Amino acid sequence: MATKTTTKQQGWGRQRRHEALTGWMFLLPFVILFGLSFLAPILVSIRSSLFRMLPSGGGLYGGGGLVETFVGTANFEQVLQLPALWQGLGRVILFGLFQIPIMIGLALTLALLLDSAVVRRPTFFRLGFFLPFAIPGMVAALLWTYIYSPRLSPINQVLEPLGAGIDFFSPNMILFSMANMTTWTFAGYNMLIFLAALQAIPRELYEAARIDGASEWKIVTQIKIPMVAPAAMLAILLSIIGTIQLFNEPTVLATVNPWMGTSFTPMMLAYNAATGQAVPSGSGPASAVSIVMAVFAGVLAAGYALIQRRLTR
Amino acid sequence: MTAPIMPAPADVTLAETKKSRARGVRHEETGGQRPSLPTRIITWIVLLIALFYFLAPVYWVIISATKSNNDLYTSSGLLPAGNNIVANYTALMEWTQHQFWRWVGNSVFYSVAAGVVGTLVSVAAGYGLSKFRTPGGVVVQGMVLAGLLFPVALMTVPLYLMFHSMGLVNTPWAIIIPSCVSPFGVFLGRIYVEASVPDELLEAARLDGASELRVFFQIVLRLLAPAMVTIFLFIFVATWNNFLLPLMMVTSTELKPVTVGLYGMMSYFNPEYGAVLQGALLGVLPLIVLFITLQRYWQAGLTSGAVK
Repeated sequence: MATKTTTKQQGWGRQRRHEALTGWMFLLPFVILFGLSFLAPILVSIRSSLFRMLPSGGGLYGGGGLVETFVGTANFEQVLQLPALWQGLGRVILFGLFQIPIMIGLALTLALLLDSAVVRRPTFFRLGFFLPFAIPGMVAALLWTYIYSPRLSPINQVLEPLGAGIDFFSPNMILFSMANMTTWTFAGYNMLIFLAALQAIPRELYEAARIDGASEWKIVTQIKIPMVAPAAMLAILLSIIGTIQLFNEPTVLATVNPWMGTSFTPMMLAYNAATGQAVPSGSGPASAVSIVMAVFAGVLAAGYALIQRRLTR
Repeated sequence: MTAPIMPAPADVTLAETKKSRARGVRHEETGGQRPSLPTRIITWIVLLIALFYFLAPVYWVIISATKSNNDLYTSSGLLPAGNNIVANYTALMEWTQHQFWRWVGNSVFYSVAAGVVGTLVSVAAGYGLSKFRTPGGVVVQGMVLAGLLFPVALMTVPLYLMFHSMGLVNTPWAIIIPSCVSPFGVFLGRIYVEASVPDELLEAARLDGASELRVFFQIVLRLLAPAMVTIFLFIFVATWNNFLLPLMMVTSTELKPVTVGLYGMMSYFNPEYGAVLQGALLGVLPLIVLFITLQRYWQAGLTSGAVK
């Protein structure tokens, strides 16, 4: 009797171990790749942010070659005192504050319209709205840059004879011009997500509301929008994360607008610092910028989680 | 910290996906009375304006790719002018020193390689998470969530430093390795495994003496074929569209993907615009074809990935 239970337990234990090992066999490729492209770079960037290439020899401009030297928090101090970083961050925040609501609002409106009974076959619209998402961000930035550019612009071709030409590249307009690029690319994508959420709502809910005498408008505001809210909140969070990394659009725009410089957004600053095209240059300051932005993203995400939890309560 | 933001990946989403799938042809049975005429007219107008907004730039690129610089300056943007297609194509080849198709080929190669490897890795991880009780599985789950929410572009600089010390910079590996990692792919993989791989089938195969690897490759992968197309598509497009990573990792002309190549071309002083736009058009053509032919797989991914 006693021996029987122990062998059974041993059998159980062996089975458990076998299951765990097999499970890990399937997890391992992902874990290794994830470690290589997410975890290791984090460690590398922390290490590199504490070092700087400094001349080894004495003297003001140093003799000898550059040597990687431990500088403690000097990179962070320098980067945090950099006006370019804060200006870039300011631009990104301003950009997100109006671009994200406009894009989400547009996506939600289009999804609600397609979900209404008006359009019987929404496939064509769905495909048309979503098409820009298949175009690489860099190419989208390129084509809009040409559409904006004074000599080519088909928009100004129409507006200028009316005396209403728009200077899309002026410092006052540039954020709007950039916002239009990202809205064009991602509005359809978000629309599709919202549409999926809308179509998952049980139709009986509408029937019941109608029997209770609710107007169609009331159904939209009281049933549809609340039911899409979680998907919308997620889309907003993902848009915030995307905005923090804003790089393609300003980089492409800067090729025709030299005044935008090399640090228009923090991600541009990090890239150009790492490639030696911005001051301060070098991998140390570039890593420091990346870490500061990652912390900023983490703080935003945490704040967002808190707000969401309070709202849903 | 980030956990409460995401929907619990599996169950909720799954139920919802099934529901919305069952509701596929929903429009005939909407029930409610037809909206009034003014409502219908306004809806159509708004939708058509939106369609114009999303498609007009694409149309403009197609038209403009056929024009000379002179025609671009003087003719109407929405109408074709003199046919300059061949001259633009020649200019495109000359400006890129006949590297253009090589760049497109590079993009295809990077995207297919990352797509195939990434899909297999994602599905395997999804299978491991969903069908096995593994200590540490929770940690992997956390890694997936963190990866979904992390601003990946911030990884590019440290990745460059790391690959530089490993001698991988300016090789295809520097682009392919990071592109294989798709937390979204694992997330989808897990959902799909839970939806379409029954435990009984796995047990039966094991009783028949099939090894775990054989069960995975011969049964699980076969059941997941449509789901794998979706995951492949997402990784393929993400790799093709990536600009910062190859810009940083690859310096020699022969290794550039088409996005980086086009960027180099447009930053020339006063380029032949029609030629650049033709390059842009030819550079996204493979994507557009994939996008339209595999439309329903996109839909599947977005529906199950994002609906809460």
